[in-house]
Amino acid sequence: MSVIYILLTISIIIAIVFFFAFIMAVKNGQYDDSYTPSVRMLFDDELVKETPKKADSTKKD
Amino acid sequence: MEVQQFYYDNKIVKKFIYATMLWGVVGMLVGLLLAFLFLFPNLTDGISWLSFGRLRPLHTNAVIFAFVGNAIFAGVYYSSQRLLKARMFSDVLSKINFWGWQLIIVGAAITLPLGYTSSKEYAELEWPFDIAIAVMRVVFGWNLIGTIFKRRQRHLYVAIWFYIATFVTVAVLHIFNSLEVPVSAFKSYSVYAGVQDALVQWWYGHNAVAFFLTTPFLGLMYYFIPKAANRPIYSYRLSIVHFGP
Repeated sequence: MSVIYILLTISIIIAIVFFFAFIMAVKNGQYDDSYTPSVRMLFDDELVKETPKKADSTKKD
Repeated sequence: MEVQQFYYDNKIVKKFIYATMLWGVVGMLVGLLLAFLFLFPNLTDGISWLSFGRLRPLHTNAVIFAFVGNAIFAGVYYSSQRLLKARMFSDVLSKINFWGWQLIIVGAAITLPLGYTSSKEYAELEWPFDIAIAVMRVVFGWNLIGTIFKRRQRHLYVAIWFYIATFVTVAVLHIFNSLEVPVSAFKSYSVYAGVQDALVQWWYGHNAVAFFLTTPFLGLMYYFIPKAANRPIYSYRLSIVHFGP
């Protein structure tokens, strides 16, 4: 059963890496806006402009 | 603002979709044959490569890694290009990912019925394939992370986080479970012995279900369901929180 210490070590290292990545993402402002991304992904703007960013606060139906 | 024009790589997506359909049919037909073997156990008597014990791993590997695996690649290659507003990092890597993965599947379809197996459930393929699978994981991760770095959309949509988690965890699970000592071209022994091996095997087995069959599809659903419904998910904040645990 001693191999469980290896498995636990691997798992905890990965968890810490992801936790760190998450903290960094929050600090970099990735989640400052927790609404727009959900709407933005609906627009593909193929052959049009870059992402509309904001400006789209209209509620459909 | 400068207007940039670029093209998504839809060909690679199509290839993965066709492969998904093909291996889906193959994998499920083998499953059907196995189901018949429950009713008529002597159906394939005398043909060693059609015996139950050899076909079962072929069925599970075909459905999980060929059918589901290609579906994951198809969905990830389609959605991450659109979410990151960038073509995949490298067309060459995309092609290596596709053809390499199909070669591994064909190799599995040949060696498993011939009886070459490491006997680890859901990881039956012998060591040359284990190495090839690890290489394909790295190629896929490299391509995905490269695309993330050259993205035009600063915010990483929640689905992308799921894809990254899938790549990292599946690679780690595969590599640590497959540590083995080769003794010949198609025979190897696990570096873990006895109960240690069983523990590592099911650490892999259960987490493989979580991170190969669940995590990637949660990510894909966060893309394809809002797209299909043409309305945003109920709570984007919740989706981010949900990724945490």
